[in-house]
Amino acid sequence: MRASGIVKRFGDREALRGVSFEAEAGELVAIIGPNGAGKTTLLSILAGISKPDEGEVGAIDGGVGWVPQQAALYRRLTVEENLLLFARLERHPDPQASSEQMLALTGLGERRDEIVARLSGGNQQRINIAIGLLSRPRVLLLDEPSVGLDPRRRARLWEFVSALAEDGTTVIFSTHDIQEAERYGGRLLVLADGDSLFDGSAQALREAVRREAPEAADSDFETAFVAYLQHRGH
Amino acid sequence: MRWLLLKDLQILRRSPLQAVLLVAWPILIAVLVGFAISGGPSKPRVAFLNEVPADARISVGGQQLPSANVRNRICTRVECVHVGDREEAEAKVRSGDVLAALILPGDLVDQINSLSTLTPGKPEVEVLVNEEDPIKSELVKDRIETLLAQANLAIARRIAGEGSHYLGLLIDGGQLEVLGQEFPILGLRASARILETLEPALPPALRSSLHEVTRFAQQARDNLDVAAPLIARLAQPIAVHRVSVGGSSPPLEVFAIAAAATLTLAFVAVLLVAGSLALEREENAFPRLVRGLVSPSALLVEKVLLGIAVGLVVTLLLLGGLAIFVPLAWDRFPLWLAAIVLGGAAMAAAGAALGAAAREVRAVSLLAFMVTLPVALLSLVPSGSVGAAVSDAIDVVNALFPFKPALRAMTGALDSAGPALGWPLLHLAVLAAAYGLLARLALRRFGSV
Repeated sequence: MRASGIVKRFGDREALRGVSFEAEAGELVAIIGPNGAGKTTLLSILAGISKPDEGEVGAIDGGVGWVPQQAALYRRLTVEENLLLFARLERHPDPQASSEQMLALTGLGERRDEIVARLSGGNQQRINIAIGLLSRPRVLLLDEPSVGLDPRRRARLWEFVSALAEDGTTVIFSTHDIQEAERYGGRLLVLADGDSLFDGSAQALREAVRREAPEAADSDFETAFVAYLQHRGH
Repeated sequence: MRWLLLKDLQILRRSPLQAVLLVAWPILIAVLVGFAISGGPSKPRVAFLNEVPADARISVGGQQLPSANVRNRICTRVECVHVGDREEAEAKVRSGDVLAALILPGDLVDQINSLSTLTPGKPEVEVLVNEEDPIKSELVKDRIETLLAQANLAIARRIAGEGSHYLGLLIDGGQLEVLGQEFPILGLRASARILETLEPALPPALRSSLHEVTRFAQQARDNLDVAAPLIARLAQPIAVHRVSVGGSSPPLEVFAIAAAATLTLAFVAVLLVAGSLALEREENAFPRLVRGLVSPSALLVEKVLLGIAVGLVVTLLLLGGLAIFVPLAWDRFPLWLAAIVLGGAAMAAAGAALGAAAREVRAVSLLAFMVTLPVALLSLVPSGSVGAAVSDAIDVVNALFPFKPALRAMTGALDSAGPALGWPLLHLAVLAAAYGLLARLALRRFGSV
């Protein structure tokens, strides 16, 4: 996936200022940054929901799966009814088989007949991701997928997402959890106030901190990241 | 699109309150309207105290008239609650057990009889009303005034009838009953005939005078003949001759059924579609859907179809329920369908525009209710019953919202005496297209993340 010179304005405010990046097949890219950095805006542009005012997003063969931060599904339908509905809308040749596949993938087969509203936030998020995967996309965009999940469910989620990446799916996710980005993101894209400050591995970001904010070089990754942002004027 | 429709019906089925309302509403309305139409207007309960002696009669010229049966006349128009005395009547009015109390004082007939004497009295009846409720007070005033007008008319007719009888006796002759004895009355007609017979036998000097008397008798007879119908007219000086202009109108019960069906269709289509569209936003599903799965226009069409389908079922359920009480013209069923489908389409499109504008289910439900109810009530205001400026404003509202054309279409579909269907259906089609366009424009900001 490729994006170049993306600019997005909301009135006078520039949410994104010429952001460019590329992601290869099977890569796990974490988009991190403080609130209002432009993470969700960038993901919505990559997903094709919003249009950039300037710049372009490269065409992707095989489509882009999008998983919004808040579960985008029908809470009054059952787990299986949701999966079947979206499989039918995706015009799958065998919606039932696709639904079964996703139930197996999410481990929710035994709860297929439960109304989604009665499921925990974590399980709702798993269905949310499963719906995003129904189109069998080559790129999966996840907007803060682990928000509201307890550590055990969060670990299961990342296990699930990492398996997708290992199978060749490009996964681009945004997160506020810097430790999570360090642990699971093969590459980090740092945004602040619409600017792209850094694009590289977690190790490369450590080295950048050592160069630009040496006083925080030996701190934990989150402290080092905050020091880096402050040093860059954010 | 059919899968989205199926999804919406599944969601509808999962909302017990909504599903119950959709079934219960038409049944409730059908029962209420059905009983209201088939049961006739209800009679207000009025306490009735008659202190007039049973043998009292209104008399004219010393002769008693037969009973005008005022009590029966009153009690066929209100539900009379007979009370023993004034205190009981007051207590019933105060407690709200009766709407009012009507007291006929003991000297009422004497007072009426005094009207034909040199010292006329002032006949009065007494009405007790609880003034706490101004609307109730006004209602009682109207009802009692109507009752008294009817009673006065009945008495006047009796008097006029008796007057005409005496006049007839004077002209044509006959038997006059006084104090149980009958006296023959010759009458002007017979008097003139006798005088005409006698005239040739009289001396010429008297013949001229007798001729004048004979002529007077003939003139009196001829002119009093004209006076008889004049006296009869006094009982009801102004008669009403009703002339209908501007085409025929359907029976009132058909209009009531059409209004109930249109109101049901409006609430179902507007609320359901507005809520369903807002739900797509509330569930965050809209951006996911329009990312290539379904276009915003197709989503709108699906919602309008949902409104038409559910509106059709609920409205037909209502009409079926009403058919138990009132015979409906089932041979006009295809016209019913046309009116419901186009009315439902316009209402659903209006609901979609509201749903796209408000975006939250609770807000949109409230908005839809607040728009639909006043517009429906406004469309029932008869033209000419308000000032010109207000009437013009109401006309504009009725032209912009689908309720009035849907009501006209429904009335025309239910009864051949109703309005022609062509214009209302065209009006509805135009409104459906216009509101669909508005909804589509509103959806452009609907999916913003």
